Amino acid sequence: MTTVIGTRVLRREDQALLTGTARFVDDIRIPGMLHAKLVRSPFAHARIASIDTTEAAAMPGVRAVLTAADLQDDFETPLPCAWPVTPDMVNPPHWPLASGEVHYAGDAVAVVVADSPAAARDAVEGVVVEYEELPAVVDLEDALSDSVLAHSDLSSNTSYTWPLTPDPDAVERAFADAAFTVKERYVHQRLIPMAIEPRGVCVVPEPYGGNFTVYSATQIPHILKVQLGICTGLPEHKLRVVAPSVGGGFGSKLDVYSEEVLCLALARRLRAPVRWTEERGENTQATVHGRGQIQEMELAADADGRITAVRANVVADMGAYLQLVTPGVPLLGGFIYHGVYDVPAYSFTCTGVFTNCTPTDAYRGAGRPEATYAIERAIDALAREVGVDPVEIRRRNFITADAFPYQTSAGLTYDSGNYGAALEAALDLTGYQALRDEQATRRERNDSKHLGIGISAYVEMCGLAPSRLLSQLSFGAGGWEHAEVRVLPTCKVEVVTGTAPHGQGHETSWAMIVADKLGVAVDDVEVLHSDTAISHLGLDTYGSRSLAVGGTAICVACDKVIEKAKAIAAHQFEAAEADIEFSGGAFHVRGTPSRVLPLPAVAFEAFTAHNLPDHIEPNLTASASYDPENFTFPFGVHVAVVEIDGDTGEIELTRYVAVDDCGNQVNPLIVEGQVHGGVVQGIAQALYEEAVYDEAGQLRTASLADYLVPSAADVPNLELGHTVTPSPVTPLGVKGVGEAGTIGAAPAVINAVIDALAPLGVTDIEMPASPQRVWRAMRDAPTTAGGGR
Amino acid sequence: MRVDITVNGAAQEHEVEPRMLLVQYLRDTVGLTGTKVGCDTSSCGACTVLVDGESVKSCTMLAAQADGASVTTIEGLASNGALHPVQQAFHEHHGLQCGFCTAGMVMATVSLLAEHPDPTEADVRNGLEGNLCRCTGYQNIVKAALAAAQSSGARP
Repeated sequence: MTTVIGTRVLRREDQALLTGTARFVDDIRIPGMLHAKLVRSPFAHARIASIDTTEAAAMPGVRAVLTAADLQDDFETPLPCAWPVTPDMVNPPHWPLASGEVHYAGDAVAVVVADSPAAARDAVEGVVVEYEELPAVVDLEDALSDSVLAHSDLSSNTSYTWPLTPDPDAVERAFADAAFTVKERYVHQRLIPMAIEPRGVCVVPEPYGGNFTVYSATQIPHILKVQLGICTGLPEHKLRVVAPSVGGGFGSKLDVYSEEVLCLALARRLRAPVRWTEERGENTQATVHGRGQIQEMELAADADGRITAVRANVVADMGAYLQLVTPGVPLLGGFIYHGVYDVPAYSFTCTGVFTNCTPTDAYRGAGRPEATYAIERAIDALAREVGVDPVEIRRRNFITADAFPYQTSAGLTYDSGNYGAALEAALDLTGYQALRDEQATRRERNDSKHLGIGISAYVEMCGLAPSRLLSQLSFGAGGWEHAEVRVLPTCKVEVVTGTAPHGQGHETSWAMIVADKLGVAVDDVEVLHSDTAISHLGLDTYGSRSLAVGGTAICVACDKVIEKAKAIAAHQFEAAEADIEFSGGAFHVRGTPSRVLPLPAVAFEAFTAHNLPDHIEPNLTASASYDPENFTFPFGVHVAVVEIDGDTGEIELTRYVAVDDCGNQVNPLIVEGQVHGGVVQGIAQALYEEAVYDEAGQLRTASLADYLVPSAADVPNLELGHTVTPSPVTPLGVKGVGEAGTIGAAPAVINAVIDALAPLGVTDIEMPASPQRVWRAMRDAPTTAGGGR
Repeated sequence: MRVDITVNGAAQEHEVEPRMLLVQYLRDTVGLTGTKVGCDTSSCGACTVLVDGESVKSCTMLAAQADGASVTTIEGLASNGALHPVQQAFHEHHGLQCGFCTAGMVMATVSLLAEHPDPTEADVRNGLEGNLCRCTGYQNIVKAALAAAQSSGARP
């Protein structure tokens, strides 16, 4: 029979979204709903001298004005950090409202609840807070020096130091014996995730029974439910969390936020529905940021340019508090600073430090873009040292296709890969040699437009995550995923998944998987998700995990359904269970294809239960909690081509080629969409975006008018290719693709910029490579040959 | 103050606060929540609607300014259950992922194609510059807009 998997099925999610009938959190209207607004600190670091709520509380339509002192009995615990990466990690308490001291501009100090958003907003202005401003620490290296403390009651800004040094002596020896070494410093600027839907939450007390329904723009309804119970002391089984349509996340909605906890506490206090809708100006300050790292990256290599050791030291900006997985983000990259290369000795150390800036946390790629950037910049530097082409240095160092499964010196087992094939495909698609020839010609004629070609080869860890491995990393939860498959009496199928999509098209892809497994039509499969009253168990959507783990859970549940159906069919056939085969949506006895029992007949039999074997329960349903045995390791090669104006420093990204290998593809239409979006977010980091703070800790890029999210006019048409190297870890051979584009893109673009300016002697450009930075680099370049007229 | 606004072909009369924005009027007074709010600086374009056929960011216009006008929102685009050609093209070319920018992006595309019935890729990219999308990298939005231009009846 034909399979649906691998075809470009159009998304079933689209109809509601395209007609304006999909419901996002802010579209939910509850009668009697109250509106919460937060009073936020204008200072990055200050002592709260006093808060006077009298005037605000007396304003029309205001129901309550509350501070931390008023709410001290409403919370059992501070907001959670689920990843204590070391036993001695410093984690200052992070309560929903600050008391005593504020630690970043945007830190909330009071909450107003009113009958309308306008009344709440007016009352926020009426709350009088007296602050005594304290020195703020913004710069990461200043923070590391402890010259100014981000939290006055801490003795150091360092939260933790996490080493991954399996064999320090081997690393020392490799550097001592090296023919070539590279030592570079890279800065990963802070980024603002900027999902187009800001956050929002709406909590509804049910009329009886003491239950609460929490609607939130979240990626993690299941995790949020657990944490809301812990923080507020409300019994977990009295909580229902719903993530309705969610307008993008990119990691920023993978958190437990003050506003979620506050609205639940307020709804409990006021016995009324309470909603909070984030404004963009709040989103840029009170929703987590991403990246924010300084990397010291060293390579040792032999005389042929083969890398013998990688040593990476990272300082990571935690921001003012540790959010849900803040300290663990750098660790997710910490195992792959050697990338796609066969490197025998490995060392990685990360120090997490506090600053008086918005907390950081996972942002698309979470640690892996940082690692990939470091190794892909460094290997280009090595190519320059050795005097070979960037392509050649990569070929010499790739883990070869016959080496998989490959045990890395960092301690991982890469499941499958063929990096050489991806590189060749990318070079073919680019027309690499022709471009190099054109570059040589241009350089000869001193062309004012500098042509640059940049390559990036990446591997990433997806399929988060084997629970036992997470335990070794001190992560506070598991990495399994849950699914339930119910074949209904009429042979329509309901699939309940623990994944929580927010643009990834799970409803379509999961239905395709079930259609293939059970031999039913895609349209006969309904996918249910993101409501804990419907999907009881799950660990949600982040880290490109949903297909590799959640999709596999669905496969396992389907297999259980088929096994049960075989027992029922065997009973009907009066044959041995072991002789029953299932294909094309029907059961038959091996060797007698004429006797056929289609799935609908079995499903109905399971429902009536009139004639089931003794040991079989009624109903054709099964569930599975699947815990992966290993991560999956998608990879790819990206090529960026830039033209730089020698007079102005303006960069035109003229071409972008991406060859990605995410294993088998369930729906290539969706895979391509994920790559498109991911690549553009990587390009955005390379060329456009940066969260800029001034010395006092004021965010200078607090709106979409100041923070440069690229528009359609700022990015090129992307040229995509792919290779297919199935994963042996997952039954479908899939790996994951949500973050691949972001991981590959930034180093490809920056390598292209540096390649363009190489004749001038430029070897470094910080991100974002703005025209001003490029112009300065050209001005300050050691030689002016060929440019800057 | 009283405003008379025709929304998706239906005459509406409401008392509104003078400071009420058109987008708030559409979402909160008329109850059409398909039009989204994504920023407070008129940068993202999620709130784009048509006012007398012209695309407008409805967060930059007061409801009072739309008095007497005819407004079309995403809810008014499909007719008799059939998607508008621009909506259909977004579906066929996977021009949306999370769908939050989609209403504004579709309305901006309808307006763009009314002005440029046969646009180049550059026309589309420049024409949609005022609408931000964080999911798609714009590639399939551009593809959808060009395909909609090719299909008949793409004009509003």
